[in-house]
Amino acid sequence: MSATTAPAGADQVSAPPPTELAAGEHRRTLLGSTVQSVLAVVVALVLGGLLIAVTDEKVRDAAGYFFARPGDTLSAMWTAASSAYVAMFHGAVYNPSGATFADRIYPFTETLTVATPLILAGLGVALAFRAGLFNIGAQGQILVGATLAAWVGFSWHLPAGIHLIAVVAAGALGGAVWGGIVGLVKARTGAHEVILTIMLNYVALNLVAWLLTLPSFQREGSSNPISPAVDGTAMFPKLLGEHFRLHWGFALAVLATVAVAWLLHRSTVGFELRAVGANPRAARTAGISVTRGFVVVMLLAGLLAGLAGTAQVSGTEHSLTAGVAASFGFDAITVALLGRSTPWGTFFAGILYGAFRAGGVTMQSMTGTNIDIVLVVQSLIVLFVALPPLFTFAVRRSRASTHSQEAA
Amino acid sequence: MSTTASQPTSHAPAPRGPAPDADLATSAANRAVGVRTYRPAIGLGILALVSFLVFALHTSAREVQFRFSETGDAVRLPDMEVAAAPFGWVVTAVLAALAVAAGVRARALPRWAMVLAGLAFVAGFLVWIVGTAQTPSISLTALLAGSVALATPLVFGSLGGLLCERSGVVNIAIEAQLLFGAFSAAVAATVSGSPWVGLLAAVLGSVLVSVVLALFAIRYRVNQVIVGVVLNVLVSGLTGFLFATVLQPSAELFNSPPRLPHVRIPLLAEIPVVGPVLFDQSVIGYLMYATVAVVWFALYRTRWGLRTRAVGEHPKAADTLGVPVNALRVRNVLLGGAVAGLGGAFYTLVSVSAFTRDMTAGSGYIALAALIFGRWNPVGALLASLLFGFASNLESILSFLDTPVPSQFLAMLPYVVTILAVAGLVGRSRGPAASGEPYVKE
Repeated sequence: MSATTAPAGADQVSAPPPTELAAGEHRRTLLGSTVQSVLAVVVALVLGGLLIAVTDEKVRDAAGYFFARPGDTLSAMWTAASSAYVAMFHGAVYNPSGATFADRIYPFTETLTVATPLILAGLGVALAFRAGLFNIGAQGQILVGATLAAWVGFSWHLPAGIHLIAVVAAGALGGAVWGGIVGLVKARTGAHEVILTIMLNYVALNLVAWLLTLPSFQREGSSNPISPAVDGTAMFPKLLGEHFRLHWGFALAVLATVAVAWLLHRSTVGFELRAVGANPRAARTAGISVTRGFVVVMLLAGLLAGLAGTAQVSGTEHSLTAGVAASFGFDAITVALLGRSTPWGTFFAGILYGAFRAGGVTMQSMTGTNIDIVLVVQSLIVLFVALPPLFTFAVRRSRASTHSQEAA
Repeated sequence: MSTTASQPTSHAPAPRGPAPDADLATSAANRAVGVRTYRPAIGLGILALVSFLVFALHTSAREVQFRFSETGDAVRLPDMEVAAAPFGWVVTAVLAALAVAAGVRARALPRWAMVLAGLAFVAGFLVWIVGTAQTPSISLTALLAGSVALATPLVFGSLGGLLCERSGVVNIAIEAQLLFGAFSAAVAATVSGSPWVGLLAAVLGSVLVSVVLALFAIRYRVNQVIVGVVLNVLVSGLTGFLFATVLQPSAELFNSPPRLPHVRIPLLAEIPVVGPVLFDQSVIGYLMYATVAVVWFALYRTRWGLRTRAVGEHPKAADTLGVPVNALRVRNVLLGGAVAGLGGAFYTLVSVSAFTRDMTAGSGYIALAALIFGRWNPVGALLASLLFGFASNLESILSFLDTPVPSQFLAMLPYVVTILAVAGLVGRSRGPAASGEPYVKE
């Protein structure tokens, strides 16, 4: 249960749920929390569908004579919501009307492309959660990482291979610096990381906007705030051939997930970070430096977000604009929450949200449903994942099913 | 930088961190315990140095014109001409004198001296930057009136946040409250045809956001920062979706709200500079001053205020004395929503005539910054909001004047000073001790 605070520690995010459970019920709790995640997604989708339905024009027309023929209204509602979701599915997973096999699976590769920065930045947020830190600054860390990556990409002209490595390293460095500032200031002065990260997001945004007015960052012959395109050698190669946008950045995201999983569960550093997150006082008593933990985890969190910025610049956008981070940094928070701050949970939550994003674009062009519905569904999911009554309901359901099996 | 308001309830923080970090407002706490400190002297010294290098040496040898009145005003004052370079020297001298005084005393200066230092620095900066412009002339009235207008939603937002945080609930959802208030106001005012109904709807809409916040944060003890962040996304998505699907296609039905009346107080409004700034405003502008006064009085002079602060600092102690902690928190979170809603109404009923997607554009976060920079104090929040409003108004005015300072740096100012404030470099901002921690009765 990632979003409930235990009474003892305010900063603690991945605390156990307040529901009191006997020790032997651990497995059932785990099942319950998975059931709850699924339930949360379903309930959020139903509510989103209702919202699409009641705002639909045809539904409003039919509602004018609701008492004469209520069936018309209901069927119009069903049509509005289902066609929107079907279009979203076609845009996110599989498009049955594609001419070739490649066309038909193209949507799913789009989903993975969009998921790449979400996973990377989400891992950064999740890692900080585990150390008890609330990193709202992924947006700024992505921006700074993207800026440095883009600068190395278009102004250093290095041979193929080395150039890409330099770009990735620059992106990671940029994010790590922006995240590290937070860790350092928190460790030195005790300032709250939530305030620091929110403020640094805006500082980064203005910094990038200013850089893009400078001649060295300005694309030649353009008056828009856009940087020159990065060199071909600075771009991620395509993963599945030129037909798809999917690039090797996705492989980097998989690699990062494996690395974070190893770091958290198999390394001393990860153990120390989790100890700091679980109980800072106990960690200090055990000889773990809590302040050093803050710096290390924010460096790593920023590094991961910086890689997300690199994936944007050298994977899909190929140049720097003030909008290069889109809203990935904020979405990353919801991704990490849905993934319950575990590496693989974050990975799959990133793919789910990538599917919403990619499918939302298709939905908007096919059925005219506004893409902002995706934001609504995403935030509702996180709210429901955090809602204890839904959790107790899920646990009771799974317990009831076990009981009925025992009775039979 | 002139917000040295003390908090009666907070105990003096032990001075730590490297010594040269200090600045002008470390004050109240240190003064209370009588610590010998050179932080104010060092801080003032740094300001004096900046003033010397930039405002005095690196300035244009020109006259800067400040216009007090426009053609057509009843009372006309002559424009003020200030020679940029000598003014820079004067500012430097004032700051240096204050720094020396602080150094001799080896402790914080009285509050008026700190306010003087802050004002001198801002004035020095203003003269310097206008002096570097193509046409070194600026209307002081427009500058100040615009600042107050831009500060209005920030003041309401930070007061709304203050009511939550002083009772121990972190409110990151100020942005959501402002945005949903603006949205509700636009729709309700258009449908009903009355801006007053719109104002009421803004309050109700914003309270609705508070209801969700209170439900999750207090009833279910979900992490308050998480709820706040998610609420911001939810409201942004919800209003964006409804704007695109309902408001935009039939704007005349849902999104053309009538404006709230502008009230010009006779005679008083004729006073040069002060008149147009203070006495020629929208209804919400007057409400703003009233709200600051009421919140200050209620917080520091009533039983409710004492209980609220107690619940925010030490809920267990308050509970022991019979204060219903969570009930009071719920009530204050809802109240905070109502106050923030008034700020939301400012967008659609006063400043712009229709709702647009994400029209609050991060003001909720600046309001949060103002709350922190104003040290969780109503008057401090007002002053901080005015400073941030001044900075963003100066930014838009200077973009026409063509100055060498990039506008992005002025836009950054609120965020940077907030970082410095929470890091203890500009005074020390400490929140209510129990803020963010859910209370469980044992």
